[in-house]
Amino acid sequence: MDKQYISDTDGQRTYIFTPAQLSKIEAVLAEDLLDVGVHSVTLIDMAGNIISTMDNGENKHDLYSLAALAAGNFGAVSTMASLIGEDEFSLLFHKGKKENIHFSKVTDEFLLITIFGKEVSLGFLRLKVAEATEKLTDVLNPGS
Amino acid sequence: MAIINLKKKEVQAKIVYYGPGRGGKTTNLEYIYKRFRSRIQTEMVTIKTHGDRTLFFDFLPIEIGRIKGYDIRIQLYTVPGQVKYESTRRLVLRGVDGIVFVADSLAVRRKENVLSLKSLADNLSSYKKNISEIPLVFQYNKRDLLDEGIPLLPVEWLEKDLNSKLEAPSFEASALKGPNVVQTMKKIIIMTIDSLRKDLT
Repeated sequence: MDKQYISDTDGQRTYIFTPAQLSKIEAVLAEDLLDVGVHSVTLIDMAGNIISTMDNGENKHDLYSLAALAAGNFGAVSTMASLIGEDEFSLLFHKGKKENIHFSKVTDEFLLITIFGKEVSLGFLRLKVAEATEKLTDVLNPGS
Repeated sequence: MAIINLKKKEVQAKIVYYGPGRGGKTTNLEYIYKRFRSRIQTEMVTIKTHGDRTLFFDFLPIEIGRIKGYDIRIQLYTVPGQVKYESTRRLVLRGVDGIVFVADSLAVRRKENVLSLKSLADNLSSYKKNISEIPLVFQYNKRDLLDEGIPLLPVEWLEKDLNSKLEAPSFEASALKGPNVVQTMKKIIIMTIDSLRKDLT
């Protein structure tokens, strides 16, 4: 079994992803999300670093800036939730004219960002994201 | 929280510029962006208020080449310096791997520097990180103003106020004009990567 390797010294935590683990993550992103028609999907950590990203070949987004902003946005929204007495908001979604963006927490440390167009309904996307999130949790937290 | 990708042989680490308001954190990143424009493939991201103050953070990703066969990608961030944005500063510090503390050399800002350093220590401890253990570099900014006759804190005072216990490397700099801006960045990158070195096999 692949073990997630977390190096933790002097209060500094480093996540080390093996090739096998990353291949599994890529397979989930491709099969559960790209294959149903989303434009791009990116797994990031809450610090704004990119773990893995897949797209349909037509996207030219600045993913590093997007990851930094998504992590900041998610942190801000989580803090807003706690200010009004909620644990978290269950739907984080921005709707555009051509592209929409959906955020989903995967464990406490990771975030899945999905960009999709009109071809995919929000309900179907949420279903597929929930399935993918479950599989990603198994890869990111083996044995949990 | 640095990420090491063994498939792509890539390391990503997060460095945050921290310090009191109007101390020059954003100016540091702007100078780096101008200086290394050819090596930075994206635009610098800034979230500002209408009054041109940092509201959330600035963000600048920079690729610095290879160390031990790994491509090193550093994400530079600033925090908003204004006192009222404490919760935002805490958010930006999440997963931080290295810190530049940009102290304001103006004599009138002595107290603000000390308070900001205290807030840094408190915010790090909320993530179970210790300011005396995380890679940290001090930058005493605005030293160029000495030539204009503006009262500045002597470096010895800044060292005594901020760095007497931490004993971190420090630089006298001018973020506006450039002296020691790159050196500060290089030092924190070296220290941050060095702290990950044992994981780079």
